[in-house]
Amino acid sequence: MPTMAGRGDFDLAGLRGEFPIFAAQGPRFHYLDNAATGQICRAAAEALIDFETRARANVKRGVYRLADEATRAFEEARARIAGYIGAREAAEVVITSGTTHALNLAAHCLCARLRPGDEILLTTAEHHSNIVPWQLAGARVGATIRAIPLQTDGRLDLDRLADLLSARTRVIAATHCSNVTGAITDIGRLAEAARSVGAVLVVDGAQRAPHGPLDVQALGCDLYALSGHKLFAATGAGALWIRSDLAQELPPFLGGGEMIRRVSIESSTFAPPPHRFEAGTPPIGAALALGAAAAWLSGLDWEAIHAHEQRLLERLLAGLKAIPGVRLLGPEGTQARAPLVSFVVDGIHPHDVCQLLDTFGVCTRGGHHCAQPLHEALGVEASVRASIALYNDEADIEALLDGLEEVVRRLA
Amino acid sequence: MSAELYHRIIVETAKETAKATRLETADVTVEEDNPLCGDRILLDLLVRDGKVAAVGHSTRGCLLTRAAAVVLARRAPGCSAKELGDAIASLHALLEKGEGPPLWPELAMFAPVQAVKSRHECVLLPFRALARALALIERSKGAQP
Repeated sequence: MPTMAGRGDFDLAGLRGEFPIFAAQGPRFHYLDNAATGQICRAAAEALIDFETRARANVKRGVYRLADEATRAFEEARARIAGYIGAREAAEVVITSGTTHALNLAAHCLCARLRPGDEILLTTAEHHSNIVPWQLAGARVGATIRAIPLQTDGRLDLDRLADLLSARTRVIAATHCSNVTGAITDIGRLAEAARSVGAVLVVDGAQRAPHGPLDVQALGCDLYALSGHKLFAATGAGALWIRSDLAQELPPFLGGGEMIRRVSIESSTFAPPPHRFEAGTPPIGAALALGAAAAWLSGLDWEAIHAHEQRLLERLLAGLKAIPGVRLLGPEGTQARAPLVSFVVDGIHPHDVCQLLDTFGVCTRGGHHCAQPLHEALGVEASVRASIALYNDEADIEALLDGLEEVVRRLA
Repeated sequence: MSAELYHRIIVETAKETAKATRLETADVTVEEDNPLCGDRILLDLLVRDGKVAAVGHSTRGCLLTRAAAVVLARRAPGCSAKELGDAIASLHALLEKGEGPPLWPELAMFAPVQAVKSRHECVLLPFRALARALALIERSKGAQP
């Protein structure tokens, strides 16, 4: 494990050594697409391989030694995830396939309790995975969808909350951190608003979770979703935290094995949470990898990492602002934002920018990033996104800026 | 590999979308989106005596999408539905299997795109719009008494 002395003094080379991708790809590899997926850490990769090659068995069914070990490891992974996010107990953590699955679960189960005319309050900054599930589930019960708009700087205009809330607001669903602008949402203010009308607050934490341990209880939300592949674990597993008293009241999502208490041909009764929400065989290996990543991340010095990420963000913002024709989307400063930046270049399509940046070994994302309403509100169709993670270094930022200057020279 | 996509012919051809216009009168108009990036083409076709008489379009997209739209608008007039279908098939063969030469020689400019699967849709967007327009025309013929 790398030395993390704190106060910005830490062993970045040692930290990068914990991510096998860097040795595999060599020095000309500048990965700045962390908002799409993070690179897997050694702890997660080893947990995944160990389970699949040495200890593979289904969980919660078999009584033989290997199955029992798999079940223990799976529940240990749940506890490790619970520890990383500050859950009161492991049983509040539902293992999902990722944030999209988690938010669909939340929408399905919560909308089952709504009545026609009830309201779901979203925000304009949401990823499609925190919009479409509410549209689908809301339509089944005749619920109305409203959205908190953006301010001119791309942050949410929470001063509009009073106008948008009503006695019919049953759910507020918001991102903790925009996957386009990096703006951090004031979840405390949304929690207060939700409490004032008796609504449930669902938070999409996919972009916030990779930037340090959380305290979901202190945030004041009721449900919190995250993805393992963004948290430096394997693809295929994520988590949904549901406050325990709420989880007890919610109906199941998918039906099948494992989520039941008793089944007859006519009807079924259901297991208590979290198993009620985990029908079928879960993504065991990926969940173990997520647990291993959560445990490893929990032991790092996040004060030092935050300082490092902020330094890179400051350099990135300053460098982008100095390139003619580049326009930043969202907040210009580093306050209350995750280290990710989206931008457009006058006269050059984002996909063309990203394709040419690839020739410099720079991995960025172009498109609408599954956030079309946000892009529409910002007056653009698509953008280029550079997103920083704990293992990025100055060379990554300089490669992006040098490459972008060349792209502008060539295509503008 | 990425740099090869942006050769002079594609860049110069794409610039011609600035001169593109819509048709005032069209037999069919279709709108096609690339769901990955929101790129969009509005394509108008005027058909006379079983052949395309005029093409209009408004294309918002990357260099590849725009260059593909320019080639389509340049070559489609005078073609029958069968000839257009063959041209679309030859473009698919070029992108998916590297087979050539394409029926319309200009489409050979997209040969380097074959190696970059994530960009195939960029080239195909205008041709997906064309295929849908042809299907609508065919359907409307079938609806006539």
